[in-house]
Amino acid sequence: MTQHYNFAYLDEQTKRMIRRAILKGLAVPGYQVPFASREMPMPYGWGTGGVQVSAACLTPDDTFKVIDQGADDTTNAVSIRKFFEKTAGVAVTERTGDATVIQTRHRIPEEPLTEGQILVYQVPIPEPLRFLEPSEVETRKMHALEEYGLMHVKLYEDISRHGHISTAYAYPVKVEGRYVMDPSPIPKFDNPKMEMAAIQLFGAGREQRIYALPPYSRVVSLDFEDHPFDPSKADHPCDLCGAEDSYLDEVIVDDAGGRMFVCSDTDYCGSRRAAGHRGRLAAEDVA
Amino acid sequence: MNGTGGPLLSVRGVEKRYGARIGCTGVSFDLWPGEVMGIVGESGSGKTTLLNCLAGQLAPDGGQVLFDTRTSGMADTVTMSEPERRMLRRTDWAFVHQHAHEGLRMNVSAGGNVGERLMAVGARNYAEIRESALDWLGRVEIAGDRIDDRPSAFSGGMRQRLQIARNLVTGPRLVFMDEPTGGLDVSVQARLLDLLRGLVREMGLSAIIVTHDLAVVRLLADRLMVMKGGHVVEQGLTDQVLDDPQHGYTQLLVSSVLQV
Repeated sequence: MTQHYNFAYLDEQTKRMIRRAILKGLAVPGYQVPFASREMPMPYGWGTGGVQVSAACLTPDDTFKVIDQGADDTTNAVSIRKFFEKTAGVAVTERTGDATVIQTRHRIPEEPLTEGQILVYQVPIPEPLRFLEPSEVETRKMHALEEYGLMHVKLYEDISRHGHISTAYAYPVKVEGRYVMDPSPIPKFDNPKMEMAAIQLFGAGREQRIYALPPYSRVVSLDFEDHPFDPSKADHPCDLCGAEDSYLDEVIVDDAGGRMFVCSDTDYCGSRRAAGHRGRLAAEDVA
Repeated sequence: MNGTGGPLLSVRGVEKRYGARIGCTGVSFDLWPGEVMGIVGESGSGKTTLLNCLAGQLAPDGGQVLFDTRTSGMADTVTMSEPERRMLRRTDWAFVHQHAHEGLRMNVSAGGNVGERLMAVGARNYAEIRESALDWLGRVEIAGDRIDDRPSAFSGGMRQRLQIARNLVTGPRLVFMDEPTGGLDVSVQARLLDLLRGLVREMGLSAIIVTHDLAVVRLLADRLMVMKGGHVVEQGLTDQVLDDPQHGYTQLLVSSVLQV
């Protein structure tokens, strides 16, 4: 391939700046490190933060995977994968186990990640206190002084209005007993998985923040003693692969109220079906 | 509750300037546990500036504000670290604003407003937080079935009472009040004053009340300080100052109250 771009699109000085922010983020888990986010050739909200973090992490030997809401084949995932195929020439894969760098939007893969893998999250709003306290000056002070009572006011409001904690995604967590962090809009089902062997990096492009979780960091979802955290999911098995333990999407299949539940993680579902697992509606799929 | 047997708050020569203008200057007094002190004066006399300096919301340019902390005795709140000062603000101090919307979270339910200070000091049991919220709404005469309503659905008087409940729920020792009855009609004012008087006596609170309404201090305050142009012109027992004013300005102030 003729080299039209610097490796992984960004120039080396920019990658160096981002790596410094990543290292600082890893040193202070959950702390939002400001960085000089660059204009990327895609709109804000499409993962400009995640793309910059991925670009700073990739080496020519890496194998890259992109997930959008669990799926490898949606527009966002396909375009980011192509972007790095073109600008970095790295190998790409849809298999979680084969990837060394995984950029994700709104999901953590079902297959447990291992040491040596990096999971990069796309983050729209890195500040968990944003909607309670609009002032950034004030929220930074609250982080600095560990004043997190306000986060529980949000959960209190949930219970008083709905009878249970109704926050189902972007569920706030406390990292290593210190910083309260927004885990990006992953379903709360994925929260317990954040205590993992892989490095987790969070990039927010528009908000110009990077934060990180080193492997095996302690990540606790906030809750009340009498309303404990519940990582719920749809109470069904997957209709294609029969998995009982994976996070499901509900798909409306006709105009008569027919619906099916399928794994949101397409790679997980596909590899289970390849291994011979079958769900309720899988026969039609094969036929 | 007071460990040292001395004053709860000791103010020494507090001064705040806005450039060349005087906000307040040379203010010194002691506030003893259980004592309510009124600060009166006309608009622009520096009473709100003084209150903000005492409550750690403004940094004074000079002087000391010594508070009898639970852990380390008398400590200067001007020079203490910000985390310590903010901790005091959440626990031992309370601040009642003139406009309730400044002291409340208008998009959070009444129960959440009252519970916030509890959660800020570590309460993590929903049922208990709700119970004390209900208890406090009752004490400030707000019906329990309004607990899940937002303050934006409340009347002015109810908001002010909610603000008081929110501030007193953690059992503070010192309450700062900035015109607590300002902007309320007279019958609501009377009810609020009644309520405040009851709470202050019942909880043994110390309070500093800034107001331009002499009726408020007559009802609530043990001691009175009269300010003019940033200076304290007269201070003493409330009845003494109001019934036998010595300074010309105080005489003017007392005589300008309309008699119905």
